[in-house]
Amino acid sequence: MRVKALVIRILQQFKRDKRTMALLVLAPIMVLSLLYLVFGDTTYEPRIGLVNSLDPVLEELDLTDAEIYYYDSEEEAQVVLKSRTLDAYITVSDSQPALVLEGSDPLVNSAVVSWAGDAFQPLTQQPEERFSATFIHGGEEMRHFDYFGPVMLGFFIFFFVSLISGVSFLRERTRGTLERLLSSPLRKGEIVLGYVLGFGLFTLVQATVISAHSIYVLGMRMEGNFFYVLLITLCLSISALTLGILLSSFAHNELQMIQFIPIVIIPQLFFSGLFNLDTISDAVSWIGPLTPLYYAADALRNVMVRGQGFDQIYMQLTVLLGFSLGFVLLNIMVLKQHRRV
Amino acid sequence: MPEDDVIIIKEGVKVYGKQTVLKGISLNIKKGEIFGLLGPSGAGKTTLVKQLVGLEAVSEGEVRVLNQKQPSLEVIEQIGYMAQSDALYTELSARENLEFFAALYSLSRKERRERIQAVMETVDLTEAMDKIVSQFSGGMKRRLSLAIAMLHEPQVLILDEPTVGMDPILRKSIWQNFEKLKQSGVTILVTTHVMDEAGKCDRLGMIRGGRLTAVGSPFELKKEAQTDDLEAAFLVYGGEEHAG
Repeated sequence: MRVKALVIRILQQFKRDKRTMALLVLAPIMVLSLLYLVFGDTTYEPRIGLVNSLDPVLEELDLTDAEIYYYDSEEEAQVVLKSRTLDAYITVSDSQPALVLEGSDPLVNSAVVSWAGDAFQPLTQQPEERFSATFIHGGEEMRHFDYFGPVMLGFFIFFFVSLISGVSFLRERTRGTLERLLSSPLRKGEIVLGYVLGFGLFTLVQATVISAHSIYVLGMRMEGNFFYVLLITLCLSISALTLGILLSSFAHNELQMIQFIPIVIIPQLFFSGLFNLDTISDAVSWIGPLTPLYYAADALRNVMVRGQGFDQIYMQLTVLLGFSLGFVLLNIMVLKQHRRV
Repeated sequence: MPEDDVIIIKEGVKVYGKQTVLKGISLNIKKGEIFGLLGPSGAGKTTLVKQLVGLEAVSEGEVRVLNQKQPSLEVIEQIGYMAQSDALYTELSARENLEFFAALYSLSRKERRERIQAVMETVDLTEAMDKIVSQFSGGMKRRLSLAIAMLHEPQVLILDEPTVGMDPILRKSIWQNFEKLKQSGVTILVTTHVMDEAGKCDRLGMIRGGRLTAVGSPFELKKEAQTDDLEAAFLVYGGEEHAG
């Protein structure tokens, strides 16, 4: 009954604060759409210069999937390369091709090297010796966007939910309503529960809209069940909002709440699988398993990229709910400082 | 002093870190009494009020309200508390605020309707019932906050500067209402800076530097301070010579 009153009040506040409601739903949609436009394109077409193009070995190269320019001398190609109009050029001496790269952008470098591997293949191997690749998950057409999309989906839900719930709870403290709640018969657990349910209901809508947009409008790879995606994002939101409320007790105003973003929220992104976790330095790699996003990103990928079912996500869901429970208990402990009973 | 007084503080001490804000305060307040707490800012009025409401616990000594040691959830239900901040949800309407707090005290739908109407009449805000609180003036917010404190018909009202920002006519009608509540057996503790309000209290407590420097009826205090003006008495008891 008392919890219901709290839930109704939180939803009423959302209804009145259209701008915040829009931020929670539209901002993630906008950023994910931008990411799609920036990273959604399949492969980068390198710009390659060819020097001494009369050599017969060039006839054997596979020059598709690149913009090719021709130069008479290496000096000429080098000037163009330094002006960054070219990504690399190829010289041939004694029928041996060599690749010179501009080299300052690692993404471009790997695109060039990968292209060159394909291009030079006719020289190095006989066609019948070329191996064939089979994918268990994903496939040739798998884009960057498909791989880090699920992580970003989780991240934005986490980011906005923890920020907004933290700020609302902070306001409850700064304008004195928390004190009023604590001078009413409302139990401390009921306050936290009311927040979880009120924000939980709202984030369920938020997560549905954002996930549906990513999958059905942006065409993010989706092999598994949409219901599981919702289940994961809901558990993630609950951990985000309980963490947000907890952080708010260590902030005195909205600006101090914002200060937690680079300290607590952004680093999670680095350890949640956006970058390959095996290449992260051992000095910090232990951080990942301490963050909720780590588990949510893993579960989302299992469903969206690998098409797996409940048996491959229930562990992550359990950990997420464990985080939430831990944050809830910590919140109640913090509230004890306000009222002992 | 009788042990069944509504509010009893025995040797109440409150320490925050290295700072001792309440330095051994003892005070009894009887049922149906209007007790005024006076003192300069920083004297410890709000701290004392918070111990009574149960939001904080005294470091030493004891606070009993309605015969139970504070903090206690049962007592908290019987107290109507109005803090110095208005503590309202400004994005909601007055009615939504009242409905919410009424639900926290588990009032039935019928009780809720009746009580909301009654308290809003008391503070003369019925016409602003469905207005959003952010559009309220400072005085209106203060009145709504007072209305919420009285919503669940508490036996004890603890009001921290309830009439700040209200005009004299409204203040008068609110004090008439306090008088009515007192007749029905409600105990009221108010902190105030307004001397004509202090004059309406049954008894006054002067607080200064975390100590009660004087307790008595307005008449007694004026007599002891050898003045016929409460303000002058306030200066005597709140002045440096009594500071601890």
